[in-house]
Amino acid sequence: MSDTSNTVKKDAVEPTTAAPTEDPTAAAGAATVVDPRLLVREEGYKGYITEFKRKVKGGELGSLPVIAGLIVIGIIFQSQNSRFLSADNLSNISYYLSATGMLAIGLVFVLLLGEIDLSVGSVSGLASTLFAVFVVNHGMNGWLALVLTIVTGVGIGALHGFFFARIGVPAFVVTLAGFLGWNGLMLWLLGSSGTINIPDSGPVHLLGQGSFFMDQSIAGAYILAALGTASLAYGSLVEQRRRKAAGVPFRPTSEIGLRVGLLAVAAFVTAAVLNSSAGVSNSLVIFLASLVIVDFVLRRTPYGRKVFAVGGGIEAARRAGINVSMIRITVFAISGGFAAVGGMFFAGQTQSATLNAGGGNTLMLAIAAAVIGGTSLFGGRGTVWSALLGMLVIQSIQTGLDLLNMNTSIQYMITGGVLLGAVVIDSVSRKSQKAAGRG
Amino acid sequence: MVNVSATPVLALRGVSKRFGAVQALTEVELEVHAGEVVALVGDNGAGKSTLVKTIAGVHPIDEGVIEWEGKPVSINKPHDAQGLGVATVYQDLALCDNLDVVGNLYLGRELLRHGVIDEVTMEKNSRELLSTLSIRIPSVRIPIASLSGGQRQVVAIARALIGDPKVVILDEPTAALGVEQTAQVLDLVERLRERNLGVILISHNMADVKAVADTVNVLRLGKNNGSFPVKDTSQETIIAAITGATDNAVTRRAVRSTEAAK
Repeated sequence: MSDTSNTVKKDAVEPTTAAPTEDPTAAAGAATVVDPRLLVREEGYKGYITEFKRKVKGGELGSLPVIAGLIVIGIIFQSQNSRFLSADNLSNISYYLSATGMLAIGLVFVLLLGEIDLSVGSVSGLASTLFAVFVVNHGMNGWLALVLTIVTGVGIGALHGFFFARIGVPAFVVTLAGFLGWNGLMLWLLGSSGTINIPDSGPVHLLGQGSFFMDQSIAGAYILAALGTASLAYGSLVEQRRRKAAGVPFRPTSEIGLRVGLLAVAAFVTAAVLNSSAGVSNSLVIFLASLVIVDFVLRRTPYGRKVFAVGGGIEAARRAGINVSMIRITVFAISGGFAAVGGMFFAGQTQSATLNAGGGNTLMLAIAAAVIGGTSLFGGRGTVWSALLGMLVIQSIQTGLDLLNMNTSIQYMITGGVLLGAVVIDSVSRKSQKAAGRG
Repeated sequence: MVNVSATPVLALRGVSKRFGAVQALTEVELEVHAGEVVALVGDNGAGKSTLVKTIAGVHPIDEGVIEWEGKPVSINKPHDAQGLGVATVYQDLALCDNLDVVGNLYLGRELLRHGVIDEVTMEKNSRELLSTLSIRIPSVRIPIASLSGGQRQVVAIARALIGDPKVVILDEPTAALGVEQTAQVLDLVERLRERNLGVILISHNMADVKAVADTVNVLRLGKNNGSFPVKDTSQETIIAAITGATDNAVTRRAVRSTEAAK
């Protein structure tokens, strides 16, 4: 393998190191006596290995299947076509994963509740059409049209949420109706013309293939990498200091160093690879920024805590004074909003609104991405980084199959197999987690 | 009774509650003082749960008065009860399995710092609370799913204390617990009393009631059927009050056997 395969692999490691902050760390400074039953991580790097083994045995696979999958995908496609791991192709993957990735972000919210949203594909298609109708047929300003489109997506999601949370219709059925209905509305809007071409300006230009962060400046990618690394380092050190001051267990400096180091390697290698092609596409930057913001909302705000609580136990959440209906409606609204944003990304990719936008296997790919990335279908477990991890897998497979000129029929079959595989891993790991008392 | 204040922190005067054609509670009286453990006993269907739910605000009362620190109050929804300082631990503990101990303790009332959940202070306070209650759990950062039944019970009780309540209602806290865990929960009940809280303990287990309660209130068919100081009352007396001493299978059998012996 060339050094670029490392990029993909390391990239996949990064969210793992960034996400779980609440490990029961065996902190050196903890004054309290540790319960002998608690399996504490030993000091030093040997401790990481023993804990890792224990987690895998207990069914906490984390991003292990994804990393293994990416390596296998890299080997298979590279052996079939030597262009697969080229900088240009990896840059392509990084550009195209962001559209479906946006749908996957919204789905992570819904999956955290243990529900499903089957309408995201149709809503994204409808969004691209609505945008085209606003801009082309009504001559509206592009940015205003963008806002209106996203608001519509949020409204559609909230409508699904209302039927689910207030009327009590299963989410599966509501969003299946949405899947058909919104697709029908899109076809009706497109009418006989079938395709609306959107001029390459405003938001469509921003999300287009030719739009790069800081106009392809070499520095742009490195600035982003440095920014990400520095904020992780700063955040970890501030947290460590506060925890030390409060006398609760904190991460040892060596561990923070390791995490920051891993992220730095992943970020700078990715930056170098993308720079040797064309640069970092603005779509990818927006996608990554959304991930950071949504991750923060889910893990650090009361709203995110409530989403997890509803996913983990509705009765407990209700007794704790959480407005379960409100959480459900807003979660579906968020899903609809991200579907609309994803639709804008599709419009940016093709500079048009077409009959098959958001159709085909878009929905399946988005669900597959969230699940492959490690968000459980059963609710309460998962992180938004799974949208990125899962999309890396899905987009690599798609791009690889395209490179090999595979038929759509084969693509569907393989994607279906991968989705089934991901759900099987989720179910099996859930079972063994139950057995290990961590269900 | 230890350190009992003159005015009860919570008092029910002639409380009645109907569900359709069923008179669930009839003119029930109950007093809870600060630093007192009041056991509420009775057979299935005696109205224990209904009584507790009227205090917790799940079912508003139809008639009667609820007094809080001597003043009449109206409790119409759970929020009212919580606002007064009543914390309820239900039999099904209702903890979120996927959240850790800290997350569950503070669920719905997370501490914020610049609009962001303040994990550090929450963790610090959780550790302090759990250690003052001598609760031993492996770590405050492991998910509830990894804890045993007894540990979950003590976490649920500790959770009730986060809001600084004055009265804690425990619904069957020792049901389904082992010997060791039961002892831990009973220890915890005594520690609540030491903190000068009023405790209402619902239990079917006479041994538990005798062990920790100061007063036993017996409900039978939705009515008061006696209130006894635990120290000077025999278990038989309490059971007689629960079952309705004058007319039940046991007394009828006793009568029959004495007649047969003649």
